Amino acid sequence: MKASNNKSVIRERHMSDRIFKAFVIIMSILIFAIIVYPLWFVVIASISNSDLVNQGKVIFWPRDIRFYGFEQIMQDSRIWTGYKNTIIYVVVGTLLNLAVTMPAAYALSRPDFKARNGVMLYFVFTMYFSGGLVPLYMTIKSLGMIGTPWILILMVLLNTYNLIIARTFIASSIPNEMYEAAQLDGCNHFKFFSKVVLPLSKAIIAVETLYYAVYHWNDYFTALMYNNNNAKTEPLQMVLRRILLLNEAYASGNGGVQGGYAQSSADQVKFAVIIVSTVPILCVYPFVQKYFEKGVMIGAVKG
Amino acid sequence: MSKKKAATGKKRSLKWYLVHDWQLWVMLIPGILYILIFCYVPMYGVQLAFREYSFKTGIFGGDWVGFKYFKQYFDSPMFMTTLKNTFITSGLSILLGFPAPILLAIIINQLRNAKWKRVLQTTVYIPYFISTVVLVSMLNILLANKGGVVSDFLKMLHLIPQNANLLGSQKYFVWVYVLSGIWQGMGWNSIIYLAALSSVDTQLYDACKIDGANNIQTILHVEIPALVPTIVILLIMNMGSILNVGFDKIFLMQNSLNLGASQVISTYVYDVGIKSSQFSFASAVGLFTNVINFVFLMAANWIGKKTTGTGLM
Repeated sequence: MKASNNKSVIRERHMSDRIFKAFVIIMSILIFAIIVYPLWFVVIASISNSDLVNQGKVIFWPRDIRFYGFEQIMQDSRIWTGYKNTIIYVVVGTLLNLAVTMPAAYALSRPDFKARNGVMLYFVFTMYFSGGLVPLYMTIKSLGMIGTPWILILMVLLNTYNLIIARTFIASSIPNEMYEAAQLDGCNHFKFFSKVVLPLSKAIIAVETLYYAVYHWNDYFTALMYNNNNAKTEPLQMVLRRILLLNEAYASGNGGVQGGYAQSSADQVKFAVIIVSTVPILCVYPFVQKYFEKGVMIGAVKG
Repeated sequence: MSKKKAATGKKRSLKWYLVHDWQLWVMLIPGILYILIFCYVPMYGVQLAFREYSFKTGIFGGDWVGFKYFKQYFDSPMFMTTLKNTFITSGLSILLGFPAPILLAIIINQLRNAKWKRVLQTTVYIPYFISTVVLVSMLNILLANKGGVVSDFLKMLHLIPQNANLLGSQKYFVWVYVLSGIWQGMGWNSIIYLAALSSVDTQLYDACKIDGANNIQTILHVEIPALVPTIVILLIMNMGSILNVGFDKIFLMQNSLNLGASQVISTYVYDVGIKSSQFSFASAVGLFTNVINFVFLMAANWIGKKTTGTGLM
């Protein structure tokens, strides 16, 4: 009696677990479809005949394949100027970000640094309170940086959140005994930082690089606010905004097609622009992925 | 000897510490300077909210007018509109957007097929890398009134009325904003929860099996408790920015048709402050937001500490 009762309980449990497992798998497929479909659609629409796209006939596979959109943007000088500017901002900006964040994170990770908590508060307070948009704008204006490329590089020189995760990583992955031993060998902070800490912090450097580089690549707000519509120094995202959202077809600049895009192909150009502007930053991720989960785990969970 | 040193150690002067730690200070100087110029100087400049701005005297000059500009904002019809819109967009973003990555992390963690798990994990990260400009233009294309693939699909399923205009109406603005935000951020935000789940002691899972707990019970009694500290910290940080609803995306999504629902405080500050140069008024509105955010942060922190023992400070 008792035994059979137990069995039915177990069977019930198996049943509920099985339903649950099916539910998990169905949900995962559904989420996958919702995430992937819009991305897939952009890809197939960029290489399909745009008339068919507009008629809603391109849904799962590309039809009447053509590369008109890509050919058009190859000739669009605005995009390549924007590209060049953005690459400069990403490379120089991210290098400066790392050069400021990593030493500061190291200094704040030192348990023997007496002013540590005070300086930390100095940084953390800015996460929760700020002067606001207008006072910041006025400050930058009085520095004479409006309309210069400097502001696009320096705007977020140090992000406090990134500083905290780097500090936590260094504090928890580099034992203090190591510094003490190095100190006995006549190593000072500079040497210890460059010879020991940096080589052991590859994971967190990867995470920081990713955060900062993605920020610089995708940032349009800084340019909108502080670049004064300076076309020469405009980053790619501002060019995209013109093409994708303001529907500006062509400034009659060098290499442009006279009269702008034909309306039917304007959409195809949009799809191509989306792909050309997003793929480079997507390519960064696989390179840092190896370090990424490790870095996030140590840096964020304990922080 | 050593005792003496320890005794004097407590009374060391500021100068001694500056000399002793000078290398660390050097490493901190660029960061400290940056924060000083880009955060604390504007914070000091917030007094502009209480002054009459004039081009002659600049940010720190001008006559003291007290709360004139705050009053002007509170009395204007835009006060209620912007406050309501801000609370609705960011409240709904937290309400729906906060649990989404937690659920996703639990689902991914339950998957037993390693390959599928890997594929799913990698794909859900992709939208994070898409810029706001591109995201909004994708919304414009996919949700277009005529021929938008996604809006047509939703109409086919009768999830939205046949005449619904997703992009150009006040009614749908919030939903488009919130759901597209979830689409973009869910995968990326799940990383931190997955990390927390992977640190759950495997003995706990074994104990569950022995005790005969089913999957749902295991999630409720082992996994959720493991996530609570992370959830609380992130929730507090979210609450602290409740009025800072993202300018970037809303600004790009705004059009004359949805402005009634999409004019939030940050876009309003941009409009009056930067575009029409009412510097003092916009500073007052900005300061008001910051104070409210700070109050929310403190309140959330206090509640978090009281109920779960976890908090920021």
